Amino acid sequence: MRWSNKNSAQYPVPSFQRKAGCWVLSTGYWVLLATVTLLSAAPAAEEKHISVYSPVAIYTLPVLDRSGREYVGLLELLEPLGRVSSQSEGQRWKLRYNAVDAEFVAGKTRAKIHGRNFDFAAPFLIENSRGLVPLASLNALLPRFLGTSANFHESARRLFVGDGGIQISFQLDASNPSRLALNFSAPVNPTISTEPGKLRMAFKRDPVVSPGSQPISFANKVITQASYSEDNGDAELDIAANEPLMANFSNDRRTIVVSAVPPATPPGIGGTQNPAAAPPAATIASGNSHRVLAVVDPAHGGDERGAALTDQLVEKDVTLGFARLLRHELETRGFAVTLLRDGDTSLTLDQRAAAANVARAGIYISLHAVSQGSGARVYTALLPVEGTNKGAFHAWNAAQAPALPVSRIVSAAIVAEMQKSEFPVHASSASLRPLNDVFMPAVAVELAPGEDGIADLTSANYQQRAASAIADAIVSVRDRLGAQQ
Amino acid sequence: MIPRHLLIGVAALLLLVVSMGIYLRHMRRQAGQFESSAADALPVTPPASGPTETVTLYVADDAAGALRPRAAQIPLPGGRQQRAEELLRALLRIYQQPGALHPLAPAADIRSIYLVDPGAAVIDLNAAFADQHRSGILSEQLTVNSLVETLALNVPGVNRVNILVEGKTRETLAGHADLTESFDVITVEQAGNQ
Ligand SMILES: [Zn+2]
Repeated sequence: MRWSNKNSAQYPVPSFQRKAGCWVLSTGYWVLLATVTLLSAAPAAEEKHISVYSPVAIYTLPVLDRSGREYVGLLELLEPLGRVSSQSEGQRWKLRYNAVDAEFVAGKTRAKIHGRNFDFAAPFLIENSRGLVPLASLNALLPRFLGTSANFHESARRLFVGDGGIQISFQLDASNPSRLALNFSAPVNPTISTEPGKLRMAFKRDPVVSPGSQPISFANKVITQASYSEDNGDAELDIAANEPLMANFSNDRRTIVVSAVPPATPPGIGGTQNPAAAPPAATIASGNSHRVLAVVDPAHGGDERGAALTDQLVEKDVTLGFARLLRHELETRGFAVTLLRDGDTSLTLDQRAAAANVARAGIYISLHAVSQGSGARVYTALLPVEGTNKGAFHAWNAAQAPALPVSRIVSAAIVAEMQKSEFPVHASSASLRPLNDVFMPAVAVELAPGEDGIADLTSANYQQRAASAIADAIVSVRDRLGAQQ
Repeated sequence: MIPRHLLIGVAALLLLVVSMGIYLRHMRRQAGQFESSAADALPVTPPASGPTETVTLYVADDAAGALRPRAAQIPLPGGRQQRAEELLRALLRIYQQPGALHPLAPAADIRSIYLVDPGAAVIDLNAAFADQHRSGILSEQLTVNSLVETLALNVPGVNRVNILVEGKTRETLAGHADLTESFDVITVEQAGNQ
């Protein structure tokens, strides 16, 4: 139904109908608003979760509030860690984890595990045949099953199984420009965001542990403090500074170097990560010659900020965060991945195309973000129809033309995977460089807000859903990608 | 779990919304009998005095991510080139109305259009058109497609279109749509029909 551009003066609508229509419309609006508010408020209040970090799996589970205590399902908690089965008989609930048998009774604090008594801090509960245990007892309970130590940070709901935890150390280089190197004992994949005076790293899936109980202060004019906090299953590291900061990954994501954003440099000259100058072959030279190389291109960067998504948020920052997540998702699915920029670097469109072509990538994925619309759009190159008007006019697009059929297969696969995870998505063509200029299958994905509006564009969960669907799609067409080389 | 009273409340509200929607649709249908027959052929602006002709504009709809044909009246000018310019200015006026489905800046304008034989057209936009254009792949591509299709489908013989800004080649419209090469009319039409 279209409401605009109706000339009601020329084509009058009887006034009682217009008034009634207005009333219905405005009441409908408020009712709808109330509904949306209720619906969105209800789940928001229950998003408590616990993160579990063990050498075999890292996962999160929902936490339930019962009689003022926090509970988690015991079967769900143990399932990723070993062989587990359960049986519910009235008030009794039996569980077997590997060779350990246990029996619990609903409403009782005493249980029997491997023939010995165990006392909970609050009563054991049964709901829909699921056995629930209080979080407060996890530290004592888990070693009985696992045979290894468990370290539960109760206030933050982070559970470390076995030894481990990623340690952080700091190394300040006070020379000009000041740089703070954060060294991690294992690779990390935080979501990095900036706000005035602060650079924030959110660790959703990395078992990083506190570097100390107090914030660490630096005697430096630019970078002043690092403070660690953890809450609701996540850890966060904030770096305070007097200038805008940027972060670069190195040492196989074991080191993050934080430094002040340098003054603008002309495109193509500055930037230590200029891929055109140094073809990014390192990732494929890791001993597995059969792995397909995916080149992920966070669009824009440096002086070229892309769309202003809000007053504070620019496209180039969103595409970089999204690209890092996609790299992680692709790597865990066996791809070698090169990011064309892993910091706030300027690259021309020609440099991007050249980097992908020189690397002989199996797939090129360009990432964009936009504040209008919803969900995602997947683009392939808009090239002239075969056989029409060839000649000097269209010589430029020869690069992508042979790969375009596979590019369209990739695009269709991404649409299918995103639809599976209920992500609104469309496919179309665009005259968007450097899609036209690369030899391998190439797509661009433009991420738009979801149900939570513009906040989704910086939400790790939202980006994660999109990145994981894209990665699944690329896995599903992996066989088509090698042929281009 | 969502509490039961909340679920009941939400269900009741949804029922109310649906029933009001049905009532509203009924009201609109009654009102629409006065309007719909003529609405789609409404002139975009009051036609200038003198003879006019009816043309079809291809108007971008951001929410749908597509172009919609729309009838419009333009003054009947003397030359082919003037006609092309009137055509795109009529299109521009739609995008500059309040509440447009694909808004463009009020200062955006077409400087001129050159029809170059054989088969090429050059659209010269003013700086404000590009400088104040929203940045985004979809939004920019819809603008390009709308200009190219409207021109090609109303001006016989145009099969490719170049877009300049202030008489010069510009790399992109607003960061995305590539303006360095010409647009092939058949390709743009086919892309629009995907
Ligand atoms: Zn972009």
